[in-house]
Amino acid sequence: MEEFAALLDALVYTTSRNRKLALIAAYLRSQPDPDRGWALAGLTEGLNFPAVKSSTIRNLMMERIDPVLWALSRDFVGDTAETASLLWPGPEDAAPQTPLSLAEVVERLSDLTRATAPKELADLFDRKDAKGRYALIKLATGGIRVGVSARLAKTAFAQAFDVAVEEVEEYWHALVPPYAELFDWAADGATPPDLAGVPRFRPFMLAHPLEDGEIDLSDYAAEWKWDGIRVQLVRTTNHEGRAETRVYSRSGDDISATFPELLGALPVDAVLDGELLVRGSAQGGEAGGAASFNALQQRLGRKTVSAKMLKESPAFVRLYDVLLCEGTDWREAPWKLRRATLEALMPHLPASHFDLSALVEADDFAHLARIRESARDAAIEGLMLKHRDSPYVAGRKAALWYKWKRDPLLVDCVVMYAQRGSGKRSSFHSDFTFGCWDGDPDAGAELLPVGKAYTGFTDAELKQLDKFVRQNTLNRFGPVREVKRELVFEVAFDSVHTSKRHKSGIAMRFPRIHRIRWDKPAHEADKIAALRALIKD
Amino acid sequence: MSAPFAWIRPEPWGIHIVPADTWVDPSRAVPRALVTHGHADHARGGHGETLATPATLAIMQLRYNTQAGAVPVDYGESIAIGGGVRATFLPAGHVLGSAQILLERAGERVIITGDYKRAPDPTCAPFAVTPCDIFITEATFGLPVFTHPPIGEEISKLLKSLSENAEGSVLVGAYALGKAQRVIAELRAAGHHDTIFLHGAMEAMCRLYEEQGVALGDLRLVSDAPSKDAMRGAIVLAPPSALNDRWSRRLPAPLTAMASGWMRVRGRARQRGVELPLVISDHADWNELTTTIAAVNPQETWITHGREEALLRWCQLNQRRARALALVGYEDEDD
Ligand SMILES: [Zn+2]
Ligand SMILES: [Zn+2]
Repeated sequence: MEEFAALLDALVYTTSRNRKLALIAAYLRSQPDPDRGWALAGLTEGLNFPAVKSSTIRNLMMERIDPVLWALSRDFVGDTAETASLLWPGPEDAAPQTPLSLAEVVERLSDLTRATAPKELADLFDRKDAKGRYALIKLATGGIRVGVSARLAKTAFAQAFDVAVEEVEEYWHALVPPYAELFDWAADGATPPDLAGVPRFRPFMLAHPLEDGEIDLSDYAAEWKWDGIRVQLVRTTNHEGRAETRVYSRSGDDISATFPELLGALPVDAVLDGELLVRGSAQGGEAGGAASFNALQQRLGRKTVSAKMLKESPAFVRLYDVLLCEGTDWREAPWKLRRATLEALMPHLPASHFDLSALVEADDFAHLARIRESARDAAIEGLMLKHRDSPYVAGRKAALWYKWKRDPLLVDCVVMYAQRGSGKRSSFHSDFTFGCWDGDPDAGAELLPVGKAYTGFTDAELKQLDKFVRQNTLNRFGPVREVKRELVFEVAFDSVHTSKRHKSGIAMRFPRIHRIRWDKPAHEADKIAALRALIKD
Repeated sequence: MSAPFAWIRPEPWGIHIVPADTWVDPSRAVPRALVTHGHADHARGGHGETLATPATLAIMQLRYNTQAGAVPVDYGESIAIGGGVRATFLPAGHVLGSAQILLERAGERVIITGDYKRAPDPTCAPFAVTPCDIFITEATFGLPVFTHPPIGEEISKLLKSLSENAEGSVLVGAYALGKAQRVIAELRAAGHHDTIFLHGAMEAMCRLYEEQGVALGDLRLVSDAPSKDAMRGAIVLAPPSALNDRWSRRLPAPLTAMASGWMRVRGRARQRGVELPLVISDHADWNELTTTIAAVNPQETWITHGREEALLRWCQLNQRRARALALVGYEDEDD
């Protein structure tokens, strides 16, 4: 447990992604089973101890410290776990005890009930110093926020044992903490975990951007790239004959609970790749029936869905590809065969929940380019180009699939605020908030923030920008500086939507800095009205 | 016969010794001031007369060019300041030259601590516990979450990180007066005799400490380093404001550390981008504050600056009379 506490502490103070990876990898390599598995679960919020709540900790403290002193301390520190870890009155002269392993701590926490929790926790607290108590409370209340995403943890795992992160992804979701089979396989070279009967995630095949040059349409098929979320639908029947369907997001997160209407919709065991959309009228042309991304956004990130929402914005999947179907693994097969398989499967799927992403027919590449240009009105992200002989392989492989996004939209904005970056960029101002005019700037209009970006410039430009920020600072708010409204960015973005969260009433998707317009006077930047005209909600 | 202790009056800009028309640590220019120590929130230029320890006066001369009206008073020396009031300067253990000021009039004794700590410090004389009727204390770290570990632990942490980061450097943010010299002296005591590199803002104060007899070993300015490589594996000291500034780009792969009592709280360290928090403070922590009040055992405790609410509450819980003084302008630079 001491090692885990030290790891958490080190992660708290590390901003660099590479340093975080190295810290986690070193921990995973050096610690025994099953401790390291529990640590992995703790870091990725895969543990839950229902008997311990934040209020359990607070009540425990209230019995030991004056409530006024507690409140003043909690107020200053800003975090219950940390305040409690610092204020816990250790036993006067505790006899040295053998340290508990992380596995023993997890076991004791799992055995807790609401009734036994206070006494047991007090005993555990007594055995630890402030750092150990902090880790313990964070673990027990399930709120370890040290900037480690599931993806980062998996990458660290792959790095620790020199295995492919795609493979880690594949097994991860099928296993439960402390992931014994995962460690047996990666660390000790055992055979990979047996995942039969588990609706597990398979890594997605991804596309390279089509930079320039033409491709031969006799080798490549074209398909629309829809503006929803990429999902994988997996149905498996276990040896008891019970079928289970799960929906996975691109990162491999299980989002089944968010889209319950899809869970009973697949009548056969299969693994399908597609775009999740909600019903509406904005997308899909003749195929019809999808609402804008903004409508989909309303349904994302919810753990439970209301009946009203299910009725008003039902989800469906526009299918791209088939990985497995009724016992056959099609991943090695060429795309054209998979496409034929998918087309043959379609009549067996309920049209209420599935449709097929149509192929785009074009005479030649120039014709396809014209079709792509016209796609803007259909609120489509662009085109996908898939080699007709491409197998379905994990990740991004050269020359198999291309995405050919429509050209980004561009707008000229004025820089308003700059914030210092993190990690290597921590001494540079690299995160920018920019705005557009809410009327005629020469008649006293104001700038309203419309977006934020921290990519799209070179290291040399970053230095210049940093210098500009330092020389033109109006106000400082911690790491944020307000700058003179003088510098114009040409900002590229994919689309723009209405948003109640922003004062300007709009929000951009994927804004990035396209060009720095050192030459352009700020009053010539765009007006909000110009952006508003591009809204496709 | 006036009311008890009517001769001493806290005002928003300092503590007024009425019959002597003299102020303690005033935040505006006055005809005569007693100054506890050289930090900017206590010592200011422009007074007609400034009474302080010789070391504090040296610091004030360096920082504010205080020369005219400087009256040195040694530790333990007792002087009459008029109006029947005697003042004695006693060591406070905060920074070089820091003093508590004992004021006596007609059998009534008042101590103003200025800033103080009880932990040992090789760069200054230790705090002297002295009985009094009214104890006017600071409360910078007046919350029970603040306990400063023994400095040896933090110095070991620093040296361990240095050995793990031998290809780079460790940049330690520390206040230019007191903290920086204490960290250097403790590093020397721990057997670290390598060259320590300094930000330009540290130089003059380090030299002053050495002139006052505090040995700091081999120091060199970052701007005088022959190359970036010369600073690999070295400790570099800079004022906290320079930590995430452009200045740090001249250092080889710096790991950012900060020596401050605030580092006890994770959020404070993260806010400043600190990767290696060192809980090193020149102020009393919660235990030092409360045990000192208990040891001095005054009739009444007045609290000048810091987190006075919690300390007030502690006094109340322990049946001690206490009040918070609403002083302005304190707590700027030293923690
Ligand atoms: Zn102070
Ligand atoms: Zn001070």
